[in-house]
Amino acid sequence: MKLSFTLNHNALTLETEPDRRVIDLLREDLGLTGTKEACGEGECGACTIRVNKELRLACLMIAAQIEGCSIETIEGLAGPDQALHPVQEAFVQAGAVQCGFCTPGMVMAVTDLLEAIPDPDETQIRKALSGNLCRCTGYQKIMDAAQLAAKKENKCLP
Amino acid sequence: MNLISKTSPSVGASQARPDALNKVMGHEKFAADYYGPRHLWAGVRRAGIPHGRLISVSTEAAKQVPGVKKILTHKDVNGSNRQGVIQKDQPVLVDDRIRHCGDALALVIAETSQALETALALISFEYEALPGIFTTAEAFQYGAPLIHPTHPGGNCLLSGQLVSGKGLEAFEACDAIVELTIDLPRQEHAYLETECGEAVYEKGELSIVVSTQTPFRDRAETAQAIGISPEKLRIIAPYCGGGFGGKDGITVQSLLGLAAMACPDVPIKMMWSREESFLAGPKRHAASLHYRLGAKQNGVFHALEVRADFDTGPYDHLGGAVLGLALEHAGGPYRIPHAAIQGKAVYTNNTIGGAFRGFGVPQVAAAMEQAVDLMAEKLSLSPLDIRMKNAVQKGDKIPSGTTLKTSTGIRECLARLKAHPLYREADAWKKKAPAHMLRGSGMACALHGMGYGPFVPDTAIAKLELTKQGRFKIYFGVVDMGQGNGVTFLQMAGDLLNQNYENLELVLPDTGLTLPCGSASASRSTYTFGNALIQAVETMKTRLTQRAADSLMVGDGDEFCFIPGHLRHLPTGREFPLAQLAALLGPEERITISRYRALASKETVTQDTALQMHGIPHTVFSYTAHLAHVEIDTLTGGITVCNYTAVTDCGRLINPDLYQQQMQGGIAQGLGYALYEDFITDKGRLLTANLSTYIIPGALDIPPMALSSVDLQENTGPFGMKGVGEICIDPVLPAVANAVADACGGGRCRQWPLTCERMLEILTIPVCPPGADMNRSLI
Ligand code: FES
Ligand code: FES
Repeated sequence: MKLSFTLNHNALTLETEPDRRVIDLLREDLGLTGTKEACGEGECGACTIRVNKELRLACLMIAAQIEGCSIETIEGLAGPDQALHPVQEAFVQAGAVQCGFCTPGMVMAVTDLLEAIPDPDETQIRKALSGNLCRCTGYQKIMDAAQLAAKKENKCLP
Repeated sequence: MNLISKTSPSVGASQARPDALNKVMGHEKFAADYYGPRHLWAGVRRAGIPHGRLISVSTEAAKQVPGVKKILTHKDVNGSNRQGVIQKDQPVLVDDRIRHCGDALALVIAETSQALETALALISFEYEALPGIFTTAEAFQYGAPLIHPTHPGGNCLLSGQLVSGKGLEAFEACDAIVELTIDLPRQEHAYLETECGEAVYEKGELSIVVSTQTPFRDRAETAQAIGISPEKLRIIAPYCGGGFGGKDGITVQSLLGLAAMACPDVPIKMMWSREESFLAGPKRHAASLHYRLGAKQNGVFHALEVRADFDTGPYDHLGGAVLGLALEHAGGPYRIPHAAIQGKAVYTNNTIGGAFRGFGVPQVAAAMEQAVDLMAEKLSLSPLDIRMKNAVQKGDKIPSGTTLKTSTGIRECLARLKAHPLYREADAWKKKAPAHMLRGSGMACALHGMGYGPFVPDTAIAKLELTKQGRFKIYFGVVDMGQGNGVTFLQMAGDLLNQNYENLELVLPDTGLTLPCGSASASRSTYTFGNALIQAVETMKTRLTQRAADSLMVGDGDEFCFIPGHLRHLPTGREFPLAQLAALLGPEERITISRYRALASKETVTQDTALQMHGIPHTVFSYTAHLAHVEIDTLTGGITVCNYTAVTDCGRLINPDLYQQQMQGGIAQGLGYALYEDFITDKGRLLTANLSTYIIPGALDIPPMALSSVDLQENTGPFGMKGVGEICIDPVLPAVANAVADACGGGRCRQWPLTCERMLEILTIPVCPPGADMNRSLI
């Protein structure tokens, strides 16, 4: 099928099978390998993207579902000159990245959370992360990163 | 962005790892992210039956699937078709016998992943079913089938015994004896990046990009298995998306190599699904442990008996070495003059038992630390006091007979724990338990030896280059799978050379570029390579300052000091750009190489050469003391770990943030091991085949963790450090067990993990749950 959608703020039209998984479309066809696959069945959150500003799992969507949609992946988060998004910056500074394989999904989840709740408490953060598995960190520094990012975005910090 | 580049690396400081920048942007290229032009997909037909003699594999129907390029079976393998770290007992593609459900029978190469899947489903095989062995006890029953008929030990991969003092006889002189039996489950690594890689075979040379912990060993092993000379094989190891031991050994490498050689000139990609990773990858060994601990009336430990059976699955993998480490650590960080410690690693037709963070120590610590609490209770001593009373110090022997010759900080850990608010305020906190809730506090300790032990040389070779641009490149061959050894190398070199991050660069493990450094395992990555690197840096410093002195025609090298990008001549204040100096040097002169071999123990604690070969004894140990607070819901059996604290002796911290990361991650995995992660199989088939049924901790399951280090100097370590990658997980399960027992009047579970159902059972049959009749005091 001919598929048109917006990818990280750029309009795009391409030819693909309607049942192509969105994760394969992104990673294999478009070379955007920041979105990771770690289970392929909706359990881990490594493939988290945003579709029309809502969190979605790219491994559970097929191409036909994103016709006309606006897709955001981890690669689209940084500013034009690759300036890190405050959430990305906070992940680096808080030491929230170990192997880094869950990181893109985590960063997407935290970004989405902070847009909805700019100043979340600990429980709200833990809940927001509950769909994203990390096997390295024990989540504590990811929590710290979310809190740090909230402070940055609320301009409490330089 | 200057988050990192302009800062100066400094040992002892919490500094962000430079790879985090690429990782948060989604730019870091993991092995999973390699999609070469017009790549093909390779995949494997797995047996799905636990034990049988293979008669034939039929691939005709699969070959007809459009898009299928090649299908290979064992007949197409030109090498030994055997892999394994110690014993080469695992076929790449089965040729005679299927030994577990995850065995690979045929390898398909196809244009698309869809064609691959269709073809794999069409492959069938004929076999003669053999009776299977699914418990260690079955392996020794009369008439049990032999899983490796030529193995001299029968179904026993390795057995061994360490006896010290008077052994079992010493129990006669004990005033108090406690006894405990527990069964521990397999644990799945569940790294987020499943086993994967991409290979290409061009002009007679094979290159494999792979998610691995062991690129150099992979090269030797794969070359032999598939029949290519090692010089023609290059293994490239990008940042690895989690390893924890599961990638300490061959996963996709040989299969990818075979596929690439069968379809030259195109990149071939293989990525195991989560289910395949669960089925075919190694697990932490399921283990049964029987402990008997004897003490004098004053609480001084006197005798220890240990029997440990490890289910090693169908292949050696690293099962023998895991058993060896377990036996050496079986008595924990305590002085016990008399001990009889015996164990077996047993072949079964279950999933493969192999390396997993802790490497046998979490299993023995689980039993030992509960026995210690049972003894404390029996003698009316506090768990902390009885540990302090028996804790080792430098010069002591641990029960396996190993003498502690290097920094030994368990007493410092315990003392620090005693002063911690979570310890001091535990009773007050317990008293505030809400309705229907029980609260308890429990502690556990561990020690963990670093490196390979005395037999296998524990070496790393560091290479350092001054580039033409005047920057320094560190070539390291020991994989960074998330532990962050990469940044510690930058910190060490940057600190010694006084250079900013922007003047430093890492070259990741690659058998074509870096030099052999051994595996990223055994808590050795930073220690071993760090020591090699320091030497390479010192040689570089001397060489550069001397050459600078020569070319400026001034006194000698020691008149210079390094400043970022330059050498400064102290007497005149003149600066000499490193780029300018580099231009004066030939390519060889700009490189220094240094090899470090870790100190091997000269002590003999056993005459058993098999045990010696499997790594006993060690010389450098880290120590830790953990404390958990748990709350039990008496209505549901649900256990919440409310708070967790740990104090560790892992020498000086190179990067306190990284120390926290290792500890937090290890504790989280340990809590999963204790409470959720039940890898259930039925006759070798997985009942928890994926992440929806095998539950690893999520963000809601992990308590706040307060972690500290006693910061002792380890003189053999680079900048005084010791490894922390494994000790973090060792005592987590028993800390939880002891906290639960504290909460519910001594109830302990025999079969782990302690799920809600098992907890409810314990609550309904207080103190003596089913199977726990052994967990009692004898005298
Ligand atoms: S890969 Fe999509 S949720 Fe795991
Ligand atoms: S950092 Fe490795 S899985 Fe999260």
